[in-house]
Amino acid sequence: MAISTTTPARGRTATGRDHKTGPARRTGSPAHRGDARLAWVLIAPAVIGFLAFAAYPTLRGIYLSFTDFRVLTPPQWTGLDNLKRLVADEVFWHSLGVTAYFVVLSVVIGMALSVTTAVVLHRLTASTALRGIIILPFLISGVVAATTWSWMLDAQLGIVNIAIRQLGLDPVFFLGSSKWAIPTIALISVWKGMGYNAIIVFAGLQTIPPTVYEAGRIDGANEMQMFRRLTLPLLRPVLAMVLVLTVIGSFQVFDLVAVTTQGGPARASNVLQLYIYDKAFGQFEFGYAATMSLALFAMLITITFLQMRLLRADESDTN
Amino acid sequence: MSASATVSGPRRRFSVGRAVAWTYLGGVVLVTIFPFYWILRTSFSNNYSLITHPSSLLPVDFTLGAFRRVLGIATSAESLAEGGSGASINILHFAMNSLIFATLSTVLVVFFSLIAAYAFARLQWPGRDLVFSVLLTALMVPGILTLLPNFVLIKDLGLLNTFGGLILPGALFSAFNIFFLRQFMLGLSGEIEEAALIDGASRLRVLFQITLPMTSGPVTTLSILGFIGAWNDYFWPLLVTSDDSVRPLTLALAVFKQSSPQAAPDWAGLMAATLVAALPMLVLFLAFGRRIVDSIGFSGLK
Repeated sequence: MAISTTTPARGRTATGRDHKTGPARRTGSPAHRGDARLAWVLIAPAVIGFLAFAAYPTLRGIYLSFTDFRVLTPPQWTGLDNLKRLVADEVFWHSLGVTAYFVVLSVVIGMALSVTTAVVLHRLTASTALRGIIILPFLISGVVAATTWSWMLDAQLGIVNIAIRQLGLDPVFFLGSSKWAIPTIALISVWKGMGYNAIIVFAGLQTIPPTVYEAGRIDGANEMQMFRRLTLPLLRPVLAMVLVLTVIGSFQVFDLVAVTTQGGPARASNVLQLYIYDKAFGQFEFGYAATMSLALFAMLITITFLQMRLLRADESDTN
Repeated sequence: MSASATVSGPRRRFSVGRAVAWTYLGGVVLVTIFPFYWILRTSFSNNYSLITHPSSLLPVDFTLGAFRRVLGIATSAESLAEGGSGASINILHFAMNSLIFATLSTVLVVFFSLIAAYAFARLQWPGRDLVFSVLLTALMVPGILTLLPNFVLIKDLGLLNTFGGLILPGALFSAFNIFFLRQFMLGLSGEIEEAALIDGASRLRVLFQITLPMTSGPVTTLSILGFIGAWNDYFWPLLVTSDDSVRPLTLALAVFKQSSPQAAPDWAGLMAATLVAALPMLVLFLAFGRRIVDSIGFSGLK
């Protein structure tokens, strides 16, 4: 397949004009003669990986979402049946609500703490050690974080509940009650991701020239005013990116829930990805699971698009 | 990104604001670190004694029993005496699986991304920019859409429950890696490479003896991040492994947790297993902490 692709596919840059001889980008040395053949050899693994494990499964996933497919027998085209079922599926809508609740909690609390931590770090210290410490939770797996917090939040022996009892309050059934399961998992998720996001925001803060603040100070602005009028607008592209990535990641939460509550109690924490997994691998309804995946994908695209528009993420105030 | 930009003025005198800020930071550090300490404290405790001294800040009845249990070298009498549940986990076997899975998938995908990035950054060929933009579209497709069809594909290939099935989908192609390495190579001066080519060195020789050493920084970064990602991966191994033979540690830990009795879990054993699962990440952190911090910061500014 490699060399057959010498069709004049048009490059986008100005250099893509002269195909036959190879555009002279740097020096135009004759050393570029055998480039096309070598290039296709070098990118062959990546192209095969892209076609087989990204492009093909995406198209296949879209196809499967219009079929009844139970893995062992070939898929049967059923048109919009899955979609109609989805609209009427109360468990799906419940899961979507649970997921949305989780996303809102973990994103709002996570963003607030990340930005606060980044700003505080930036104002107080340049210590890499301190920044290293706060990304520790990012390095461990969701399973490790979930197992550890399950232990610390245990209703009887968990250290958190012991502290609560010391304060004379009633123990909280963090992961065992419908009311607390999702907020608790959201907080575990915040614990795990906060430092990572704070480091990205911190790096963004470092790109703001100190002269901006000096000018603000001369104009008599106080800390809060400078934060709202200078820091936040200048950080907007970085904040938008962190926000979009956090939202996308939170919508696909799985391991934290699978390890702590397995969707319980009574489906109170049955997030969408858990429901999709259960449909596919618990009940072997791959077609319907694919439909839900596609619906989730469509929602993510829409939300991301809206966020980018609202935050004008692609425009920077810095230039 | 210089550190000197951080301290915006010489105002180091005490103020209420600074005190509040330091207190906040102290709180963040405490909440971040305490769970790690608690893993350590619990894993060296006797599981029975944990019940009577749940608030002790030090290990209760210090013992290596929990580690002996998860390593499978404790006798059943020993396990019972220290409050181990019947559930056990042969942790070295799973750690070895994780090591094979994470190392192979990282080495392969970084290598294949490197040679592809070289073709995109340094070679002149028709269709280059088009192919590059097509490959980048993969960045927009979330895992949820491709996971199920990829499972079906791996199943059709007969690779369920093999290292091949675990590794293959991520081993050949990573849009982010290719993008990252290409950007870096475009920023490098090509003069040395051109000189070597004029002197008659082959393209491949230039790639491996000149370009590769110059990209060792980003290659290390991507390898670390890739290894962390693979070591911690849960969902894909959950789909393609069905027994212990190739199951990685993260998944085995989750199974161990889920199969613990609800009434009296072996928390000491669980925390010992957790510690083993987290240990390689902590070692990587100690060795490459600064690089990890910098690369995360950089990834946000791309």
